[in-house]
Amino acid sequence: MAFLDALGHYPFLQTALAAGLLASLGCGIVGSYVVVKRLGFLAGGIAHAVLGGMGAALFFGYDPLGGALLSAVVMALLMGWVRLHWGAAEDTLIGALWAVGMAVGVMFIARTPGYQTDLMSYLFGNILLIPPSDLWLMLALDAVLVVAVALFSKQLQAVAFDEEFARLRGLPVTFFYLLLLCLVAVTVVLLIRVVGLILVIALLTLPAAIAGHYVQTLGRMMVVAVVVGALLTSGGLALSYAPDLPPGATIILLAGLAYVVSLPLSRALLARRNRRAARGGN
Amino acid sequence: MSGPVIDIRGVSYAYDGPAVLSNIDLQVPAGEFLGIVGPNAGGKSTLLKLILGLIEPHAGQVRVLGRSPVRARRSLGYVPQYPAFARDFPITVEQVVLMGRLGTGRPFGGYSAADRAIARRAMTETEVDHLAGRHIQHLSGGQLQRVLVARALAAEPQILLLDEPTANIDQRMESDIFDLLRSLNDRMTILVVSHDVAFISGYVHRVACLNRTLVCHDTAAIDGDTIQNLYGEDVRMVAHHHSH
Repeated sequence: MAFLDALGHYPFLQTALAAGLLASLGCGIVGSYVVVKRLGFLAGGIAHAVLGGMGAALFFGYDPLGGALLSAVVMALLMGWVRLHWGAAEDTLIGALWAVGMAVGVMFIARTPGYQTDLMSYLFGNILLIPPSDLWLMLALDAVLVVAVALFSKQLQAVAFDEEFARLRGLPVTFFYLLLLCLVAVTVVLLIRVVGLILVIALLTLPAAIAGHYVQTLGRMMVVAVVVGALLTSGGLALSYAPDLPPGATIILLAGLAYVVSLPLSRALLARRNRRAARGGN
Repeated sequence: MSGPVIDIRGVSYAYDGPAVLSNIDLQVPAGEFLGIVGPNAGGKSTLLKLILGLIEPHAGQVRVLGRSPVRARRSLGYVPQYPAFARDFPITVEQVVLMGRLGTGRPFGGYSAADRAIARRAMTETEVDHLAGRHIQHLSGGQLQRVLVARALAAEPQILLLDEPTANIDQRMESDIFDLLRSLNDRMTILVVSHDVAFISGYVHRVACLNRTLVCHDTAAIDGDTIQNLYGEDVRMVAHHHSH
């Protein structure tokens, strides 16, 4: 296969593959919370509003990924606060932050003197152009996610499952909810390089949703989602190589296809298991 | 402890509108099995929320175990009427019951072996231990209710509060649940909200009738007049015999 051949020869492909795998780790773990807690719209809002932070960072001459990280966390806290205090109008306000954040980004980028093709690579990502130094940042972000989830697994599970009960057990529910949103923000930044901020939601939700078709606990959902994410990013990268397709879009289309195939397949498997259980008399 | 475990004095509460609760007084001694009955929107769930500290009274005072409700919270077990979670959440029965252990033990990492032993005991007591590994989506209404009771028991509460624990299950299961509550009453105070005064009067020591205001009756004194006064219309009382 041409891709495997090329993988041996070109360091940029090796970097791309490593970036895809690092991104899969974050999107599998945090994506599972996004799916079970139904945070997809909120995560989309964070992802798009991040353009504002990247635009500002470019304008003032800082690293855009640093600006992305900072603005993602600020946006997560802002949106969490909006949800907790104006529950009723949540979707409208998230939509507003989503659009205003993007508009601010476009404004800054338009006013930034010089070379501006970077914009497209943030919107749609380009896994092939990732500098090897970014891998260290991605690894650090993954480490933050894994440590946070390992330390607070039971609290995050409780807050995702039943906020009222968690509050009655004396947990600081608001703190853990905002922590969860910050983890989503970190993951969004992790994924921007790979598929771009427009396509982040797909990679954040589809691997976990596919995993959710087959597992019965949150922990296993994370493990399966990481594996599915790794297969999708690597597979998308490989498929895009020979015909020279945009890798980010190829990865997303592959993920969408996998989801569409998995949905009826998992239903059929479940129905067969139920029939067998019924025949077995239990 | 001496004195009531729940002490409510002159409490009023309103959502945006007329008062739901008006000048409520209620003292619950330790070890009591109290039924709270009343019409829909009579303020039953609101009263439970005040005791749990989920809302604050607009007037009056609520003390639980001699403390504010928020500080007493961890000593309370609560079984909601409508579970606030999605049934398709990827979680097993055992993991749900373990949540009763939150707020105790170590703050970091997973649940300890001691937590698991306590959760296991709660599941045995409510007869759901054989379902421990099952996903909650595949439970019947009665099984889910028992799991929620087990989750409340895993907290090792001094007071157990249940909001319409039998609203979504059939009659036979209803007596099973109340038999279970009667045996739990040996070691904890129980408050149960119900719409079915005739049924619960076979179990509870005292009935608090709540319709904006609150009137308490010993179960022996419950008759058609009491119920008619409460609901303001004729209510069909179904006489049924409990064989225990």
